[in-house]
Formats: sequence, C-alpha cells, structure tokens
Amino acid sequence: MLEIHDLLNNLEAGLNRIIVERQLTNPLMIGIRTGGVWIAEQMHQRLNIAEPLGLLDISFYRDDFSQIGVNPNVKPSQLPQHIEGRNIILIDDVFYTGRTIRAALNEIFDYGRPNQVILGVLIERDGRQIPLCPDCVGASVTLNADQRIKLTGPDPLAIHLQIIDAAA
Amino acid sequence: MANNLQLNAEGKLKHFLTIEGLEKGLLTEILDVAESFIGMNDQQIKKVPLLRGKTIVNLFFENSTRTRTTFELAAKRLSADVLSMSISTSSTSKGESLLDTIRNLEAMFVDMFVVRHAISGAAHFIAQQTAPHISVINAGDGQHAHPTQAMLDMFTIRQIKQDFSNLKVAIIGDILHSRVARSQIQALNTLGVAEVRVIAPKTLLPAHVESLGVNVSHSLTAGLKDIDVIIMLRLQKERMTSALLPSESEYFKCFGLTEDKLKIAKPDAIVMHPGPINRGVEIDSKVADGPQSVILKQVSNGIAIRMAIMAMAMQKQGVV
Repeated sequence: MLEIHDLLNNLEAGLNRIIVERQLTNPLMIGIRTGGVWIAEQMHQRLNIAEPLGLLDISFYRDDFSQIGVNPNVKPSQLPQHIEGRNIILIDDVFYTGRTIRAALNEIFDYGRPNQVILGVLIERDGRQIPLCPDCVGASVTLNADQRIKLTGPDPLAIHLQIIDAAA
Repeated sequence: MANNLQLNAEGKLKHFLTIEGLEKGLLTEILDVAESFIGMNDQQIKKVPLLRGKTIVNLFFENSTRTRTTFELAAKRLSADVLSMSISTSSTSKGESLLDTIRNLEAMFVDMFVVRHAISGAAHFIAQQTAPHISVINAGDGQHAHPTQAMLDMFTIRQIKQDFSNLKVAIIGDILHSRVARSQIQALNTLGVAEVRVIAPKTLLPAHVESLGVNVSHSLTAGLKDIDVIIMLRLQKERMTSALLPSESEYFKCFGLTEDKLKIAKPDAIVMHPGPINRGVEIDSKVADGPQSVILKQVSNGIAIRMAIMAMAMQKQGVV
C-alpha cells in the first residue's frame, strides 16, 4: 500500500542527499502541472528553498497534440527569467512513459540552458517508453497494464490506484 | 450555416470565419489559450512545437501590415512553415481564378489558409471549396467580419478589466464600412457586456443598426458618459465612395477623440483602436499616445490570440 507521507519523506530524503552530494547552492525548483506542483510545494517548503517555486505547464510541448489537440485548461508557465546556468530540481507526481519529462525538458531549455536538471518524482511506475529516468523517487512500483495511479489534491494529497477499462 | 461550417462534428473549431454563431464557452476558451501564449514572451526561444511540420499560407488579396505580420509571427512561433502571398502581385493579375489559386496551393500540401479579401464572404467560399483537412481563418473579408481582430480586442479588454459583465463599451466612428465593428459587437454581446453603444453620424451607421444589439448615439459628448472601454474606428477614406461627410476637419470636431472628450468617460476608461490610426481625424495624438491608450498592447496581443486560434483550428479533426 502506498502511504503518501512515507513517499513524501522518502522523496525529501533523496533530494536532500543529492543537494549535499552535488553541492547545489540556490537551486531552482520547478513543479509540473498539476500533480507535480502539489508535490513540489511540499518539497519546496521542506527543503527551505528561498526562490519562489517555478510552475511548468507542458501542454504546448506534448508530443500527442495531433491526437488530442489543445488542452483547454492550459495555464501559463511561470518560470524566472534566468534559467541560464541554474541548478534545477524538476518535480512531478508520477513517472510513467517519460514523455511528460521530455516535454518539460524541451520547454525548460527554451527558457535558457540550465547547468543541470535533477528529476524527483513521488512514484515511478514501470512502462518507460523513452530513455529517461528520475534521479530520486518516493517509491518505485510495478503495476498491471490496466492500472493507473492518480493523485488528488492539493489538500489533502491522496494516491488512488485505478483500473482502466481496456476498451476505453 | 456559418456556424456548422466553422465547427467539426465534435463542436471544436475547424475554421474561424466569423464570431456569429460561436458560443461564449468557445470564445472564452480562445481567450484562455491565448493567455498561456502570452507567457511565452519570457522564453529565450519564443517558439513552441505545436504546429511543427504544418504549412500555413497567408493569402492576402488586400493590403495589410499589422494583421499579416502578426499572423506570420504567430505561425512561426507555433513552429509552422509559413508562406505569405500578396495576391495582387501574383497569378490573379494574370487572370487565374480564386479557385484555381486555391487548388494549386492545395497541391503543395498546405494545411491552413489565412485569407484577407475585399469581397465579403471570400473566406467562407474558400472554406466551403477547399479540401476537408484544410482549415481557413478569416483575416478580414470586405465589410463582413474580422473575427481575429475582435478576439484580440476582447483579450485586451479582459486583460485590463478582468470581467465583461459590468462593462459599457462604446464603438465610435465609421461603423458602416467596418468589418471590425461588426465582429466586435457580436463578440461583446456573446461575452455578455452590460452595454454596447455605437456613436457615429447617421451617414456612417448601417440601416437597422439597433438589430445588432447596440444602443445608438449621434453625439460623442453625450455618448461617452459612463463608458469603460472606448473603441475608435478608422475613418475609411478609401471606402468612402459617396459624400458621407462634409470634411475630415468637421468630422474631427464632432467625433474626434480629444483629451477633453475623453474626460467625459469613466476616469479609468481605456482607449482602443484597431489601426491604422488617422491622427487628427478620428483621434488626437495626445490621446493615441496617452496613458489611457492600449493601442500598442492590442498589437502585441494579436500574436497570442492568432496563435491560439490557429492551434485550436489545427487540432485533430473528427476522424480517429
């Protein structure tokens, strides 16, 4: 059973370890809308990061635009002007195929060239489709093909395991 | 009819030809998507990959600077390949028909036409005739409609005033010849403003103008009272075939927006103009360049709104 508080603690510990190991001073944290922002808000507070949290909406960078079109709920991304040379901690809720992260990296690099990007996710599940992986995770799980993880929040944050109808 | 043509089976935008028949929800969605594109101005690389590999042709049968360049920039920021054609200088002057021009461009695997034409209904005609996978955007047709201009104006109004429901909006000047005014009136009423007021001499108003859902005033000083948004229109000299006005200076005296007249409107009223402006004819330079003017903001917003409309019209249509 996935317990949200344990996962948040694990992710915080993992990020702390990386910050120390890589001697990251003044990192910039960015959350991916929507679930990633909820997790990032928690991490931002717990890790005492000074600079305001950056918000990333990857809708315009998705690789499935030609299938699903424009997301009508798209919100502007809010990133600081200076991405160039920064150490970025990118946060998402669930890492699955890797496509969201590819889109996020493409968008971030359009704002400038960061020094490094570290990826932290609450849950990594199996099913990668491109060669990317997170640097630290709250938990790694293996699911059946018809199972999906959904996060609800921001208050309270909760994890749900859903069964997807194969015909859908 | 126009309605059906603009939307696909799922009710999503396919062509953008006129505001008429589009619902508030869709107009609001366009404004919301455009809002997100405004954020792109902070990016070092001002481009998103949405329309990569798509080809957009700007077909301008009539002169334009602002509209053509902002459409071109919008297409480029969406990563589309864009071709801008001024048709008066190309094949049609050699006698090629409109339909033949379209067929030839279709044969070059085009995905979207952006059309400006002096004849009302030209964009509609192309949308009806063109191949089913192609989207058509109306960039101004005759005296009929200029829907992307109206949407960028709505966007600018929302940016500053936030909510439409309490707004009183005055549209001033040459309503008779203005496709912009027609589209603005439809958009303002669909979005639910408190009042749309047109202010013009009788000779510059279409017959039965009230049926468009506006109040009418023939006096600028009386009409500007309580107004939140002032939209000035250009005096379209090139369209004025009959003697509708005594003289330009006479017009300025009665209907030109000066600092004194501006004081009659609400103190936080904004001044808009679709451009190009005739300084000293419909608007005084002090007002056009003054603190209440948002004319250049309108130009900037034209890029984001056109990006939103092009992206939405290019999303996958129907067939899975």
